[in-house]
Amino acid sequence: MTAFLEAVGEGLGTGSVYALLALGFVIIYKAMQVISFAQPAFMLAGIVLVSYLAESVNFWAAVPIAVAAVALLALAVERVAIRPMVGKAVFVIAIITLGVDVVVRVVAGAFIGVDPRSVGDPWGQEVVNVAGIDMAQRNVAALIAMVVVGGLLFAFFRFTPIGLAMRASALDQEAAMAQGVNVGTVFATSWALAGGLAAVAGVFAATGGPIDQNIWIVALAALPVIILGGLDSLGGAVLAGLLIGVVQAVVATYQRDWVPSLETNAGPIVPYLVMMLVLLVRPYGLFGTKEVERV
Amino acid sequence: MLAVQNLEVVYDDVVLALRGVSLELPDGKIVALLGANGAGKSTLLRALSGLLDIHDGEIRKGSVTLDGTDIGERKPADFARRGIKHVLEGRRVFKELTVEENLRVGAYTARSKLAENTERVYGLFPKLADMRRSTAGYLSGGEQQMLAIGRALMSDPRYLLLDEPSLGLAPMIVAQIRDIVVEINSQGTGVLLVEQNAAMALEIASHGYVMENGRIVMDRPAAELLKDQDVREFYLGLGAEGEVKSSFRDVKHYRRRKRWAS
Repeated sequence: MTAFLEAVGEGLGTGSVYALLALGFVIIYKAMQVISFAQPAFMLAGIVLVSYLAESVNFWAAVPIAVAAVALLALAVERVAIRPMVGKAVFVIAIITLGVDVVVRVVAGAFIGVDPRSVGDPWGQEVVNVAGIDMAQRNVAALIAMVVVGGLLFAFFRFTPIGLAMRASALDQEAAMAQGVNVGTVFATSWALAGGLAAVAGVFAATGGPIDQNIWIVALAALPVIILGGLDSLGGAVLAGLLIGVVQAVVATYQRDWVPSLETNAGPIVPYLVMMLVLLVRPYGLFGTKEVERV
Repeated sequence: MLAVQNLEVVYDDVVLALRGVSLELPDGKIVALLGANGAGKSTLLRALSGLLDIHDGEIRKGSVTLDGTDIGERKPADFARRGIKHVLEGRRVFKELTVEENLRVGAYTARSKLAENTERVYGLFPKLADMRRSTAGYLSGGEQQMLAIGRALMSDPRYLLLDEPSLGLAPMIVAQIRDIVVEINSQGTGVLLVEQNAAMALEIASHGYVMENGRIVMDRPAAELLKDQDVREFYLGLGAEGEVKSSFRDVKHYRRRKRWAS
């Protein structure tokens, strides 16, 4: 039982990272009906920035600066590469985001270099005992960060004029324009938010050890998460992220007993398996709108 | 005054939707715009509110002017900020938002006066005030139309462009909408009323335009249009019916007369 609960704790940490990444995907999707494949790159850029900034200022100052910087980077990318393409086929824009991803990732990756770097987080491999269960501090921190960021996003979309305008624009773009909403602002805000979210997610994905060059692959696990949650549901992204994180961690803990032949490889395929199983029952994901394809 | 001069609009570079339309919407007046389906009424409204672009429409000739300044090439947000609000055909409320949130989006360009305008809209539509927390998609058709009009009024516009507000509504509700349009107008907003329900539109308008095939074919005070034999026959469904049925010659006559041929 303890092993199981510890796996759940571990999964909540990973799941929070997935949820943060998935929120970025969903926000951009709602704004422009495009899946942005540039999220892994923004995540990596955030990690690299924090690792350099943490050397001069401390970790707590480095994170907000890096998040703001990546949000600005995303804003610039949207303005330069995406905005001129608005009105083109959604597929074309998605491929352009793929190109952006490669460019940003290669540049950011070059700064990692051969020597091991870390984001300089204060948690490392420390554990904290919660009701008899050992949880890695970094997982607790990721969960707290996700809850705080999720709460802020909720308030943003509920109470700020631009947040409300973004929801309106997702529902009916022309009607939103007729109210004086500038869709350019909506697109730009969605990219900035997604960039910032990817940076936060990156920091928590990279805690607890040296930065892996291939850490951006974590961001791809957010793809089954958004499909599972329903492409256009923010709450769905959070729940699906946590769900997939937990299932993945539990499978990783018990896989040696269940399927010894797979060694440690069962974990990474879990997100896709869960996605497939849920889609068989609910084709629109857990919380997706049925008519996601709008005319 | 909001006006268009010799406006030519083309969709997708090929479809000529407006062929030299001129129209004036003076401050504080109700102007009716009549015409059959496909005559170009909605296109004209889009030109007046900057919404041509997302329909791949483009102004080829002529101009849209506000107090003499050409504003035809500006963004929709600019039109809204300058006090021109377009109520789209088919209501188009934000279905998953609440009534109050819909109104707040309408106030996007006039956020500082949110409270004041909310009061005013709830005053005009007491029903909406009772349902401020309900999801807009669950409102009835008439209520949604009221919400769509209320949403546009949230920025206290100088001109309100109404595209078929009576579409698909019961006669009782149509009468309510009519009274509300009169009320809005009496508070100083100029209204351009596009309608299939010509009797209702001409009853409250001071001036009327009739469109056909992308042209304005009649441009007269509403009272004169109400008395006009052709308008009575083709738009109000009055007079001359019997004759049309009785003789083939009259059918041809009808056909010929159906085109006022500029």
